[in-house]
Amino acid sequence: MTTLDVSVSVSGDLDKPRGGARAPRVRHSVALARRSLIKTIRTPEALIDVTLQPVIFLLLFTYLFGGAISGGDRHAYLQFLLPGMLAQSLAMGGIALGQNLNADIEKGVFDRFRSLPVARSAPLVGAVAADIVRYLTVCVVMLGFGAVMGFRVRTGLVPALAAVALSVGFGLCFCWISVLVGMLARTSGAVQGVMFLLVFPLAFGSNVFVQTSTLPGWLQAFVHVNPITPLVSTIRGLLVGGPVAGHLTATLAWMAGLLVVFVPLALRAYARRA
Amino acid sequence: MSDLAVRAEGLRKRFGKTQALDGVDLAMRRGTVLGVLGPNGAGKTTAVRVLATLLRPDAGHAEVAGIDVLRQPQRVRRRIGLTGQYASVDEDLTGAQNLVLIGRLLDLTTRDAKRRAAELLDWFDLAEAAGRPAKTYSGGMRRRLDLAASLVGHPEVIFLDEPTTGLDPAKREDMWGVVRTQVTQGASVMLTTQYLEEADALADEIVVINKGRVIAHDSPDGLKRRVGGLTLRVRPADPARVPDVLRVLDAVAAPGTTASAETAAGARPGAVSAPVTGDTALDEAVPALRRAGVEVTELALHLPSLDEVFHVLTDGSRASADAAKEGELV
Repeated sequence: MTTLDVSVSVSGDLDKPRGGARAPRVRHSVALARRSLIKTIRTPEALIDVTLQPVIFLLLFTYLFGGAISGGDRHAYLQFLLPGMLAQSLAMGGIALGQNLNADIEKGVFDRFRSLPVARSAPLVGAVAADIVRYLTVCVVMLGFGAVMGFRVRTGLVPALAAVALSVGFGLCFCWISVLVGMLARTSGAVQGVMFLLVFPLAFGSNVFVQTSTLPGWLQAFVHVNPITPLVSTIRGLLVGGPVAGHLTATLAWMAGLLVVFVPLALRAYARRA
Repeated sequence: MSDLAVRAEGLRKRFGKTQALDGVDLAMRRGTVLGVLGPNGAGKTTAVRVLATLLRPDAGHAEVAGIDVLRQPQRVRRRIGLTGQYASVDEDLTGAQNLVLIGRLLDLTTRDAKRRAAELLDWFDLAEAAGRPAKTYSGGMRRRLDLAASLVGHPEVIFLDEPTTGLDPAKREDMWGVVRTQVTQGASVMLTTQYLEEADALADEIVVINKGRVIAHDSPDGLKRRVGGLTLRVRPADPARVPDVLRVLDAVAAPGTTASAETAAGARPGAVSAPVTGDTALDEAVPALRRAGVEVTELALHLPSLDEVFHVLTDGSRASADAAKEGELV
């Protein structure tokens, strides 16, 4: 610890963004997304909620409840269930993001970012972008393990890829709720509690497990306004066949709505926090 | 261009019922170290957070490197480095990854960011640990990494919020060396601390904060003069020898002062202390004690503790060396 070789000089106009053609906002978000990815790779156990957990749910609902629900034909029920389970896992997969962000803020890691000349939104946008990996993992695990259990894509490669793309896209929009809760809650445990409270009614009060027509009227009303429902219908259409266009429009509208509402709220809450 | 690295006027910030900053004025000259001394909860961290653009004050004005903190926070952020009270490194990232990330966020190219990271890791004796996740680091290593992170962008103004709290003495001296080097390279450093000793060792000027207010701004020598300078403390092995020790220390005490047995509430009785003017007092006291045949279990020179500093500064009517001693005796 004696001398410091100042070989990297910071010359020129300090206030002029340096370091490449891409907009600094994008570059900073990418750098921060990389940070989140490194953390994910270092702690693979943090991926349980998008790997083991959906598999257990799939096994549980196919073999334990599937026979009773479908009247004996588990294979047919798996075809019905899997697209729904995929949507449910995406919604639940976003919970960890809010928890992680909350923990980062508590530990003071974000103070460092906030003391750097970085766009205010970059830490949040970067963290959300890194979640792509988690949502892709959900898709691969569900489709892969589903195939082992007997699930078959009946449409084709392009619709199946479209289903994956839509799933990842929906996950990226839906997780902003978790980001907002992560900014508002006092502890990361509280984030999980609040998010379960929000996500469970949406994940179960939907067309994931049974046809909507079997439900009582008031519950049907809830299912129809639940953003998970059009997503499930779209993924079903794309994977096993059936109408897609209307459901897709509704899903995209929900995705846009989630972004319009929750991104500004989350950014504002982030600015106020700490 | 202003010759002040930090200028703050009338900073106020309230959290709920707590007035964390109650009209704080600060001035730090370029190329110097300003020590901000105060107990826990005095408002030191709040002041640093305002100046480092992390927190908006309720009222007041602040400039860092001549730039308005509230109006142009992004320009300020290009020129500052911040090391928080608790090491805010990312535990899952390696030391190198932590520093490269900061470099990238400061718009260095990946190559330059890597080079700068390697340079700092080397300088902070972390080169060997560069590839290990920071969670495997010891407390001292983490603190060094945290400090390295605040230096990636060659900041003009460095804020160090209690950088040595919790470090052992050897590591603390290392940290002091780092701070001194930064200053010789032209940086200005604002350092908060709870230890007068640390402020004395590093700072060109010291600001004392209490309950959100600046209660003193002086040079270290000036401050020490006001609070009574050094104290020589001797504890005889046999408490019955206290009168003998009193006699010896009376002879070496600073002019106009006398030695006294410590009876302060909470202090272990049986020690004698006397205000002294310099460390020559030690050279006189040791042979005198030996001649008197007094066996001692403790013999040390102390700077006034933060408590003593506060006692003097918050009781303006008795702001003298004598008062410092009396304060100690209450």
